[in-house]
Amino acid sequence: MATLRDWLIDDSPASPMQARLGRFYRIFGALMHNPLAVIGAIIIVALILAALFAPWLATHDPLRQALAERLLPPSAAHWMGTDELGRDIWSRVVYGARITLVIVALVAVLAAPAGLVIGVISGYFGGWVDRILMGITDIFLSLPKLILALAFVAALGPGIENAIIAIAITSWPGYARVARAETLTFKNSEFIAAVRLLGASSLRVNLGHVLPLCTSSMIIRVTLDMAGIILTAAGLGFIGLGAQPPLPEWGAMISRGRSFILDQWWVATMPGFAIILVSLGFCFLGDGLRDVLDPKSGEQR
Amino acid sequence: MRPLLEIENLRITFPTARGDIDVVRGVSFTLGRERLGIVGESGSGKSMTGRSILKLVRAPGRVTADKLAFDGIDLSTRSEKQMRSIRGARISMVMQDPKFSLNPVMTIGEQIAEALLTHKRLPRREVNDRVQTMLESVRITDPERVARLYPHEVSGGMGQRVMIAMMLIPEPDLLIADEPTSALDVSVQAQVLDIIDELVRRKGMGLIFISHDLNLVSSYCDRILVMNTGEVVEECKAGELMNATHPYTRGLIASIPRLDETRDELPVLDRSAWAKA
Amino acid sequence: MTALSLKDLDISYGDTQITHKVSLDIAEGESFALVGESGSGKSTVLKAIAGLAPRWTGEIHVLGKARGHGVDRDFSRVCQMVFQDPYGSLHPRKTVDATLGEALTIHGIGDRSARVEEVMGSVGLDRKFRFRFPHQLSGGQRQRVAIARALILKPKILLLDEPTSALDVSVQAEILNLLKRLRREQNLTFLMVTHNLPVVSFLCDRLAVMRQGRIVEVAGVDELKRGNLKEPYSRELMQISAAHAT
Repeated sequence: MATLRDWLIDDSPASPMQARLGRFYRIFGALMHNPLAVIGAIIIVALILAALFAPWLATHDPLRQALAERLLPPSAAHWMGTDELGRDIWSRVVYGARITLVIVALVAVLAAPAGLVIGVISGYFGGWVDRILMGITDIFLSLPKLILALAFVAALGPGIENAIIAIAITSWPGYARVARAETLTFKNSEFIAAVRLLGASSLRVNLGHVLPLCTSSMIIRVTLDMAGIILTAAGLGFIGLGAQPPLPEWGAMISRGRSFILDQWWVATMPGFAIILVSLGFCFLGDGLRDVLDPKSGEQR
Repeated sequence: MRPLLEIENLRITFPTARGDIDVVRGVSFTLGRERLGIVGESGSGKSMTGRSILKLVRAPGRVTADKLAFDGIDLSTRSEKQMRSIRGARISMVMQDPKFSLNPVMTIGEQIAEALLTHKRLPRREVNDRVQTMLESVRITDPERVARLYPHEVSGGMGQRVMIAMMLIPEPDLLIADEPTSALDVSVQAQVLDIIDELVRRKGMGLIFISHDLNLVSSYCDRILVMNTGEVVEECKAGELMNATHPYTRGLIASIPRLDETRDELPVLDRSAWAKA
Repeated sequence: MTALSLKDLDISYGDTQITHKVSLDIAEGESFALVGESGSGKSTVLKAIAGLAPRWTGEIHVLGKARGHGVDRDFSRVCQMVFQDPYGSLHPRKTVDATLGEALTIHGIGDRSARVEEVMGSVGLDRKFRFRFPHQLSGGQRQRVAIARALILKPKILLLDEPTSALDVSVQAEILNLLKRLRREQNLTFLMVTHNLPVVSFLCDRLAVMRQGRIVEVAGVDELKRGNLKEPYSRELMQISAAHAT
């Protein structure tokens, strides 16, 4: 172990690979010094593990109904109790992690790159390109996220896929704004001027030099937004426009547990806990990442 | 007479992943009502030494000293709150770039007035008069107009003169100038330094002038400390800098190109020569 | 043959005209300095030649060929630039190797590893720095990387924008010696912008003094060394530097 660590923190790496890994190791090390970030990371890792190993972690089939065991309180047999159709809530929460993870991952994969590319193009070229792209962005930004998502889902029809598309459509403008602002600060820097003087095309300057600098703030922003995305997805599920029954989506589960909140509190509370926990996890991790990755701090550590 | 400032065995340590790093290693000096220059290259610890006097060394950094006394006051035992009544009122500091030191949304007149009112209660009339006089004494020809301007509306040299006005209006006993002119053009540099020099002499203040520029320091100070890697390697009268004895100082002086340069190659400091010694 | 020739160059930023009718001829192999205070337009001239300040009228000829307004690939193999701030001129997320290799990739030059090590050797950077990030280098080492980046395409002309003003004097001496040696070895033409007259005296053959966008005086460096500059403004600049150097 000691030799691997020495290799990673070597001041004079012998290959690009070692340099890159060394950089990640230093970022990772700095992140590990931030207790909240560690808690956040643990929660996110737990979410991913729960999603991956759901069949083994779940004690019951999440969809199997057992009307004889309706609305049972938490016990050794049903760790989080059962819902109004006798389904095991623990198993449903565990399987729900898969849905949440898919939503979060797909939104990140769809919205972040779109926002990044639009923002960088807008910032780098400026002029009328900037005006048109930012005009569109502002229109999207001026509408409340949930309402806009609602409108899209209403138009596209309810369902988890449409909910994902709707959330992605409503979240890219924020990323475009961040990427544009970053691009504007880097565009006139000397190191960008220097690559241009080497004869690099606009495409190369943007893809190879400007974009990598915007990614860290993008990662931070996306991580911090995850909580909002989960909440929007849960909100859509709650009003019945997101995941459809019998899918164990957390928002939809809360919605169904609403009627029993006073007598059978666990039905709505357990998935609620899951949402809060995962949202908090993303927020903690995002804050930690911001401290570590902030391009303005220049990684002076 | 009691010296204005006494520092003995000052140490400043920063913890890092690979163990503690001593930025300042046992610096001692005393200062009367005179002009002291601290010269050194980046990383020599000269700025940290200046900051430690005002207790402005930031969190992970640790400052220890056998003695750190200003006008008989033991600074090392002062609380943050007590320090605030010393900063500005009795010890002032002028930093490198006026762009970052002036508040962009306050007029120059307001900022100078605030610097005065933080430490003294005075009637409005008198404040205005004092601000005008102060601006005049930093050779601003139409103080009434300049007082109404915002920092972005004045040039770098003017901004630095405003900074000096702000720092000197509470009439402190000690001025610490940390690279006060490095962001300015050479012609403006001389002007700003002349103003500092004149005010310091007239009010009989102490001055600590921190700079990387040997020539500048030697022409504006009485005494010079040369610092290298956290230690004072040479202490001499300003006029005798050219007869410096320490190899570091000599190397530094030799490596500066001259206006009538005839050398084909500039001598380069051999850092290994005294690093161990 | 003239390496660089400027004729009646008027450069503007937005609505403000920065320079007025700047004309200069710099011979091949010469080291020429543009001297002046901030706002004199000296850096702007350099940027216009490099293609970073595209709004100008007049003529710029580089090695006999007229220069267009933008940045272009052929030009980049002839003329390169070194910037003032070694902290701002290197991409913070790229290793020395990536920074230097970029030019080779752009121009489709093979033999990357050997070329990178060769250029690092010529600017006095040890091999062990090859995969370091800028924040793992000192100011002087960074400036060496910037010089290496400018030299890797083997240009004929180097534009230097205050290349040592952000460095400590002892490091400045090292970089000045390096520049002098490189010019001799590779027969480079230098156009350097600076406010530091002693640096001009050490490194340059001729100088032009600029003030408020105009060239006030062009003189040989011997005139400077002997204190024989003619124009009152040049003499003023000279006196200020002389006063400092006592």
